[in-house]
Amino acid sequence: MSAASDVIIVGGGLMGSSAALFLRGHSISVTLLETDLIGRQASGTNFGNVRRQGRGIHQLPLANRAIAIWRKSRELLGADVEYLQSGHIRVCYRERPELVGSMEEYATQARAEGLDLELLSGNALRDKFPFFGPDVLAGSYSPTDGHANPRLAAPAFALAARKLGAVIHENTKIVDAQKIGEDFIVTAADGRTFRAPTLLVTAGAWGNALSSQFGEPVPIVPRGPNMSVTEPVPYAILPAVGVMTPIEEETVYFRQVARGNIVLGGSTRGPSFPDQYRAYVEPQNTMSQLQQIRRLAPSLGKLNIIRVWSGIEGYLPDSQPVMGPSATTSGLYYAFGFSGSGFQIGPGVGETMAEIIAKGGTDILMEPYRIGRFAAG
Amino acid sequence: MAEPRIIIVGAGPSGTRAAEACVAAGLRPIVIDEGRRDGGQIYRRQPDNFTRPYRKLYGTEAGRAQALHETFDGLKGAIDYRPETLVWNIAKGHVWTASATVQEAIPFDALLLCTGATDRLMPVKGWQFAGAYSLGGAQVALKSQAVSIGHRVVFMGSGPLLYLVASQYVEAGAEVAAVLDTSPFGARLKALPDLLAMPSVLWNGVALTRTLKRAGVMVQHGVTPVEIMGDAESGVGGVRFFAGSGREETIACDAVAMGHHLRPETQLADLARCAFAFDPGTRQWLPERDDDGRSSVAGVYLAGDGAKILGARSAEASGRLAALGDLGLPVDKGEMTSLRSEVGQYARFARGLAKAFPWPARQAPALPDDAILCRCEGVTAGDLRAVMRETGAQEANRAKAFSRVGMGRCQGRYCGLAAAELIAAEAGVPVEQVGRLRGQAPVKPLPIAIGDGQ
Amino acid sequence: MSRFVRLGETDRPPVTLYVDGAPVAALEGDTLMVALLSGGGTLRQSEFGPEKRAGFCLMGACQDCWVWTESGDRLRACSTLAASGQRVVTSQPGASWPNHV
Repeated sequence: MSAASDVIIVGGGLMGSSAALFLRGHSISVTLLETDLIGRQASGTNFGNVRRQGRGIHQLPLANRAIAIWRKSRELLGADVEYLQSGHIRVCYRERPELVGSMEEYATQARAEGLDLELLSGNALRDKFPFFGPDVLAGSYSPTDGHANPRLAAPAFALAARKLGAVIHENTKIVDAQKIGEDFIVTAADGRTFRAPTLLVTAGAWGNALSSQFGEPVPIVPRGPNMSVTEPVPYAILPAVGVMTPIEEETVYFRQVARGNIVLGGSTRGPSFPDQYRAYVEPQNTMSQLQQIRRLAPSLGKLNIIRVWSGIEGYLPDSQPVMGPSATTSGLYYAFGFSGSGFQIGPGVGETMAEIIAKGGTDILMEPYRIGRFAAG
Repeated sequence: MAEPRIIIVGAGPSGTRAAEACVAAGLRPIVIDEGRRDGGQIYRRQPDNFTRPYRKLYGTEAGRAQALHETFDGLKGAIDYRPETLVWNIAKGHVWTASATVQEAIPFDALLLCTGATDRLMPVKGWQFAGAYSLGGAQVALKSQAVSIGHRVVFMGSGPLLYLVASQYVEAGAEVAAVLDTSPFGARLKALPDLLAMPSVLWNGVALTRTLKRAGVMVQHGVTPVEIMGDAESGVGGVRFFAGSGREETIACDAVAMGHHLRPETQLADLARCAFAFDPGTRQWLPERDDDGRSSVAGVYLAGDGAKILGARSAEASGRLAALGDLGLPVDKGEMTSLRSEVGQYARFARGLAKAFPWPARQAPALPDDAILCRCEGVTAGDLRAVMRETGAQEANRAKAFSRVGMGRCQGRYCGLAAAELIAAEAGVPVEQVGRLRGQAPVKPLPIAIGDGQ
Repeated sequence: MSRFVRLGETDRPPVTLYVDGAPVAALEGDTLMVALLSGGGTLRQSEFGPEKRAGFCLMGACQDCWVWTESGDRLRACSTLAASGQRVVTSQPGASWPNHV
């Protein structure tokens, strides 16, 4: 006997959890199935940037939708996910002066999408944020971006969804999904089956396993973020900070949480193993991250890291997610493969997917995310 | 074939004996140790300009301590010794070390983890106050610095170390206000058959209680700690507890040495991806190993108290065993058999100790809501209970993610086991089902300046 | 008020270090922790509670005994030897520390 609902969501990360919450807002019954526990991989182990700047311009409407949800998250969720609208700064180094032009161009385009950025010279930046090192040439300051706690966010969305009637099954590994007649039948490893006319796959790095069952494989690659955190120190750094550069190793970022710890991320990504449900931080990646952090903010060199971690993220070749309806199967929808930058837009993705499922469409531009872009031939 | 590259982590009893076996086989192991000097915690050496004789420092174990130190001194020219060096991560056949801010990745063919132990703690309300120390810490203060942790010290907890350190304090001239043992005296009788595996050690233990008695130190059994009294500014002012009779008592003091025996330092085994199994006798997750110290990972060996708490004497034997097993040299089968049976005897004795001085698991769920559970992050028992209620978290790492218990600078070394007991009791599940806090690099805090200028 | 009590080994050469600018008399071979707690009661302020801290494990595992050099480098008091003329501070230098490069 199958448990039935209007929608089955496979994958209990931030996308699936927020989609469940917003589907309940449309009075649609929903069953959320999660292999492990809610929000434990990409959604729970990422840096926690709630950042619009730096996203592709086409993504900004979705990011704007998300920021509105972050701002009301406390009321919406009845929980504090430590969202701070404390600003975000993207900087470039002296070695790459050409990036200043890119920053200016981006700022102009972003303004048209409602994102105001302030461009600052290195010295102006250091006056305002004295922790920046001498290599910093210029920066783009977004006062209305910020950060939140990834460990808390997806579980808070799931809990809110559950309070509104969503059915959530953790420790439920899905091994098969098929459409039989009008319904999808989704089978768990322990033999339980779930039935619904609509299926939403928000399974991150595991998404391809399901899309392949419907003839739509995608070239997703699992990787792991490279994260560290320092001891608590007096709270003095408000904005989240990141480096704009074409060189992966230079791509580091940091933010200070209100309790005082400074979270460091980036430089390089590590391997992750979806089948074993494990991701590892490579020691050499920690080393290159710390080296780059010293370059970005030399005074952080006085601190220590007390913990490192990683998780399982799914990357697609064009760094854009797969999002929207299936090209082969009616009633099937996808939202996965956010390629290491899904946290900020997560709640916007959930709201948009719920809107598409409830109303049959959305004003958000979905073209860049079509799964069909990976179809053979 | 090139000489195998052997790395030994730790220069205590097991690391020293492992290094000795390697050198005798004509090998030159790298010995990496966090300490300034060899000896580990148990046989920790005092600074060069201190003059107390072995007998005074190590009591009945003076001969063993001296022999171990002399062995290590004799090995120094034959090993690559790296004191004051932290192994902060292990990956792909390399250990990653930090010595101040100098970093290195050192390849190995065989890795012997002889990482030793730290105190096993059961939090007591008020244990965050200045003047509350781990029992092992109280001993280090005396052994390596010739100081007492306070003017008037209460020893509270359980295990053989409680009596050992208290009597060492008495003999050194410190004022010991009381020894408060959470285990009932009767438990010792039940444990006697196993304790008789090591009659001489048992006898040493009896002698300790006599030392305390002669000095007129109050010793109570079967107590239930209630609170370490004190204030934020001046620290510990006393202890409040229920005596075995059930009567509530208080004792004034300015220092408390607390602990319930020891727990192995297993983080490196975890980072080396060794398999762990739950040990019901100690209610801890321990890395799996065979009789000769082989872990589940080829080339990684575990010896001494860093694998399982069997004591310093056993550590010497297990260190030697782990080194001898796979050196690829002719092995004296008789010696191997006798070392294994020696370790077996210590294991039986350790089972006896666990029965005689049981871990007071029920104290954790009895902590009041306002008691600090995690000293690093200042998380109370009530905070953890609230997280469990609100989120349904029942797994150690999940509870940590939501409550920050075990997320601080000590990485859960001192609160993790008690937090697991609290979660298990609140959730009504066996403690093994709560799981264990995953080891995360760096094993100790790592300077962001690591490798700078190298 | 001192927290630690010396029970022997007092026949060592004296050293003077400076804690928060004030001279502290210690003995050669003392750890920073012993130097500070033989002349005082605590090492630092807890980040998350009202209480002062004075270390806990003395074996480099708990990280409760951190003090700092005047330039902001972290020292673990239980495993760092006191040295003559050494200058340590018991709070992280400057709440605006990131502003000092």
